[in-house]
Amino acid sequence: METTSSLLALMSFGHDGWGARFLDGIVVTVEVSLSAYAVSLVFGLLGAGAKLSPYKWLRSIADVYTTLVRALPELLLLLLVYYSGADAIKFLLSFLGDDYEDVEVDPFAAAVMALGFIGGAYMTEVMRGAIQSIPVGQIEAAKACGMSPLLRVRRIILPQMLRFALPGMSNLWLNATKDSSLISVLGSFQDILFMGYRAASTTKHYSYFYTMTALCFLIITLVSMAGIRLLEARVNRGYK
Amino acid sequence: MDESLTFLLSIFPRLLAAVPLTLALTAISGVIGNALAVPVALARLSPNPLLWMPSAFYILLMRGTPLLVQTYLIYYGLGEILPGSFIQQTFLWEYLKDGFWYAVFAFSLNTAGYTGEILRGAMSAVPRGEIEAAKAYGMSSRQILWRVTLPRAIQICLPAMSGETILLLKATSLASLITVWDVMGTARQIQKESYRIYEPLIAAGIIYIVTVFILTRLLNWLERRINQHRAAPQSA
Repeated sequence: METTSSLLALMSFGHDGWGARFLDGIVVTVEVSLSAYAVSLVFGLLGAGAKLSPYKWLRSIADVYTTLVRALPELLLLLLVYYSGADAIKFLLSFLGDDYEDVEVDPFAAAVMALGFIGGAYMTEVMRGAIQSIPVGQIEAAKACGMSPLLRVRRIILPQMLRFALPGMSNLWLNATKDSSLISVLGSFQDILFMGYRAASTTKHYSYFYTMTALCFLIITLVSMAGIRLLEARVNRGYK
Repeated sequence: MDESLTFLLSIFPRLLAAVPLTLALTAISGVIGNALAVPVALARLSPNPLLWMPSAFYILLMRGTPLLVQTYLIYYGLGEILPGSFIQQTFLWEYLKDGFWYAVFAFSLNTAGYTGEILRGAMSAVPRGEIEAAKAYGMSSRQILWRVTLPRAIQICLPAMSGETILLLKATSLASLITVWDVMGTARQIQKESYRIYEPLIAAGIIYIVTVFILTRLLNWLERRINQHRAAPQSA
């Protein structure tokens, strides 16, 4: 059995330790999660706009999007969108001429798009609910003041929906950090789980390094939860 | 395109043959996980710090780390510890050679954390008057728990629990990463054999969508049956 000090040395920041590589892994995980979350916000806003639009075809597209994405396992969707996203971009570029034939789609961008596309479906539902929670009188008042639809979105809908959307959005952020661990399966990212996998299989200390991996994710979750609490206090400051 | 469609159709039988495994993973982990959720929720609500603190930490651990990490920790971690231990001499060893039971173990523990938190909320939402009425009848605290608090709490959180079950069904696809040949695992195996990326994933996707749809219907029906007396009265 290993002694505690030799196990600790495995996580040290020196030449033989894995500490620095795990720290790099945390950076990659946070980068991917943040970017994917930003993409999911865009998909979510578009989706919610489509679901609440007066046009039936827009509503149908958004319904198909949220139903399909929420019924499929994340792992399957990630693989499907990751590969097809790259192929789709290559296909589109091929119209621009032969110069683009050897273009390599950045795996980071493809993974972020895939994760953001998945998160966007859940975000659509959160935002649709939040927009519908805004008192109708607020929007009628804005109309009566002569605000254009875009101005209404910017000044009335977006600031007010934030309060209703925040709990759901916080949950989705926590999900985004956890779902980002799936990219380790793709093999081209050195996120926390990938580092854990490599450290474990190199040293054969499986339970130790997977515990460390879980701990890294737990730290991200705890820091996020503290941040969310501050945000909630700020968004609800007028309602205490 | 035509050839691609033919291939897509040709792999369906193999993928469909893996559906029972996916359903078994979901059902076994769901039953064990939901059963474990009861003590987790009870401990979480206890005023004794020796009970609620470990329970709160357990819930945080299960909800705060990715299920994939938990699955790897159990699969590889136990794989490191179990060989050479007394388990190897027992009948359990036969089962533990396969990734299936490690997956069941990981998914059950995870479900217990998520459902435990849901059940905790539901148990504190049981109307006080009902518990007071049970006390007035002279029920012991154990009787109150089994006859009033738990049944009422389960009724309250039934919609959330069926949502968790759908999430669990989708999460079982992670078992494919620890060599379980469920629907997702079979799809990835076909990918490797045929060098085709899309068709196996699309076929598996169709199977998952249909399964989720049927399970949702089934759970809704079950919910209505269990909560029959709470339904709005039929208008004449």
